[in-house]
Amino acid sequence: MSNPKAAIYWASSCGGCEIAMLELGMNLVDISKKVDIVFWPAALDFKYSDVEAMPNKSIDVSFFNGAIQTSENEHMAKLLREKSKILIAFGACAYGGGIPALANTTSREQIFTRVYKETPTTDNPDGIIPQTKSQVKEGELTIPEFYNTVRTLNQTVDVDYYVPGCPPVGEQVLAVMNTVVSGKLPPKGSVIGASDKSLCDECKRVKGERKIKKIMRTYQVLPDTEKCLLDQGVICMGPATRGGCGAQCLDANMPCRGCYGPVPGVLDQGAKMLSALASNFDSENEEEIQKIAEGVVDPIGTFYRYGLARSLLRRAKA
Amino acid sequence: MTNVTINPITRLEGHGKIEIFLNNEGNVENVYFQVPELRGFEKFCEGRPVEEMPDITSRICGVCPEAHHMASTKALDAVFHVDPPPAAKKLRELFYNAFYVADHTTHFYILAGPDFVMGPNAPKAERNILGVIGKVGRDVGASVIKHRSDAMDVVAMIGGRRIHPTCGLPGGVSKPISETERARIEEIAKSEIEFAKFTLKLFDDLVLGNKEYANLIRSDIYTTQTYYMGLVDDQNRVNFYDGEVRVVDPQGNEFAKYSAAEYQQHLSEHVEPWTYLKYPYLKKVGWKGLVGGKDSGVYRATPLSRLNVAEGMATPLAQVEYKRMYETLGGKPVHATLATHWARLVELLYAAERMHELSREPEITSQNVRTIPTATPDEGVGIVEAPRGTLTHHYQTDEKGLVKKVNLIVGTTNNHAAISISIKQAAQGLIKKGNVSEGLLNMVEMAFRAYDPCFGCATHTLPGQMPLEVNIYNRQRMLLQSLRRP
Repeated sequence: MSNPKAAIYWASSCGGCEIAMLELGMNLVDISKKVDIVFWPAALDFKYSDVEAMPNKSIDVSFFNGAIQTSENEHMAKLLREKSKILIAFGACAYGGGIPALANTTSREQIFTRVYKETPTTDNPDGIIPQTKSQVKEGELTIPEFYNTVRTLNQTVDVDYYVPGCPPVGEQVLAVMNTVVSGKLPPKGSVIGASDKSLCDECKRVKGERKIKKIMRTYQVLPDTEKCLLDQGVICMGPATRGGCGAQCLDANMPCRGCYGPVPGVLDQGAKMLSALASNFDSENEEEIQKIAEGVVDPIGTFYRYGLARSLLRRAKA
Repeated sequence: MTNVTINPITRLEGHGKIEIFLNNEGNVENVYFQVPELRGFEKFCEGRPVEEMPDITSRICGVCPEAHHMASTKALDAVFHVDPPPAAKKLRELFYNAFYVADHTTHFYILAGPDFVMGPNAPKAERNILGVIGKVGRDVGASVIKHRSDAMDVVAMIGGRRIHPTCGLPGGVSKPISETERARIEEIAKSEIEFAKFTLKLFDDLVLGNKEYANLIRSDIYTTQTYYMGLVDDQNRVNFYDGEVRVVDPQGNEFAKYSAAEYQQHLSEHVEPWTYLKYPYLKKVGWKGLVGGKDSGVYRATPLSRLNVAEGMATPLAQVEYKRMYETLGGKPVHATLATHWARLVELLYAAERMHELSREPEITSQNVRTIPTATPDEGVGIVEAPRGTLTHHYQTDEKGLVKKVNLIVGTTNNHAAISISIKQAAQGLIKKGNVSEGLLNMVEMAFRAYDPCFGCATHTLPGQMPLEVNIYNRQRMLLQSLRRP
């Protein structure tokens, strides 16, 4: 039997998912003996036209990282869906929108205005904004359209599996690769390369009663390294976040920001965290509760940092 | 007019496109290098708690998240008017130099090195890291992987994560290191110094000892006169983590020297409608288009630029190599773009030596790594040298420390204009009377690979070839000829 054929692609992403794959080092060399990589713009000499020429469903599995923020991203998502038997949303951006989806708190017009007109170093007396088509004296130049709303991969095409994380940690990437090579995949729609429990489940910190009297921001406290951060008033996304990363941020004495997405069975990570947090407010008095709640200075950016596109909120009203 | 399209040049932060227009004589009329991507960090970070910016902005680039994390963390020190304890500053610098060792190693051996080790005309099946390993030996290959991985271990030890660190806070870092960790870092640093020395020797043997390469480095196709920019310490020596930004003119004379807070007096950014990326330039010289020279505000911020603006290196072995490089290339400043590879290796040695020095500082294991800010947050600028150029983060907040305004001038962006110029020069040197040399593909590639693995990541990663293609169209955009790199 021939090796399975795989494709790796990035859309609106930082490249960290690609580095996470390269971090496999010698393991990647071993995997490359069991898998034929037919498309990987970061590493191999293949072109879009090569993919276009492939028969439908001729790629066994495609790993797609990055959110959908431009017309080019969307085109490639559709193309790889058509050519692939299995399409995997790899990493927080493809799964939930990731950091790029924070753009959904604003709009294309506001982004263009800020970037190309307002920033203090911009010198743009004619108010030029990049255009999908421009005429220069030698001819026409084109660039992809920048979308008003950032979408996840499965808001664009049908997705078979999801690998969370920003980026997915090394041992989980290896586990996913080995699962794919073995062909023993779970039911369609499953999250793979992660735990089935919350991050709190794998965090070594001692959990107390979580009675929060005042919310503390990270710069305001020197947290005890042994105790749960929520017990110390620091918002940690652990209760609403899927485990699997090894709680590495907690080991660095910093809170979880939720990059592994919602715990199993929860659609909206932010709503889950909000309810978990509110139930920990140590007061019965409405005024006092309100005062504690005011300590949450940026609900969207805190509870939906890596998953705004996928959430029920999805984007700010235009 | 004939149009040549090179599409896509893949890079880590997106994809690039080169459009080459020929005139009626078949010579290059103009070249457009386009960046078709944008994220919008300058807008969507508004409203976020400013202390979260190191976490959010590291996602600008997954290749150099450490650089964004550090520029952002230093901006936070300024926003909160807080001075970190000495151990925290040293841990940040140690973390940052470890990152440099990993990043420069990746670039030399995996991205750019194959051009030199295997030769620009070697079959593409050999022009990759596996070819390099085949030529220099499996032991060396294993050593490259080990030394890169060890340096990343140090990054993770201090930063908390291997990719996208989490340690940065206004006034310090999130955790100290133990004596066990310190001893391990010292051991790694010692080995990294030997590895850097070995790498410079390899460059000597394979590149400088080869007349063809030596000529290529000095050739006009790869020589551009521009201003140069880089961070220097109080003795005008190269520093990646802290100091003042120094700019020299094409003759090497100091043109400007500024602290982070003054950056707006010195930099402006030009906008074109056909690309999403802006063009920074020196405000006091002005924008004269995509041209080099003293009258154009175009500058470069690369490893070679950093050496050009400095008066030396702060560590002994790197200083010897610094002097040797300039003596060999005929004095300062060096305008040969391909010499950037040599400069990068001098920096590799400096970074390893600096790691070693810092790992032996008595207070590096101090438990005092945080100063809790007490002042009201308002505004601050943080600058570090990213491997690919001077990186500036500027934040304004309200009194609660929520972000009101953000401005970012990112590593590679500094070199946007210069990269465009270098690509045009390579194209003009190679395309004559309508003959598109097959060598164009690799020669153009080498022009931008010298600047930045973010453009070059596509090129030589495992098992790596450059996805570069030249399509030649007639005026009606009908495909006349399609060339793949040999």
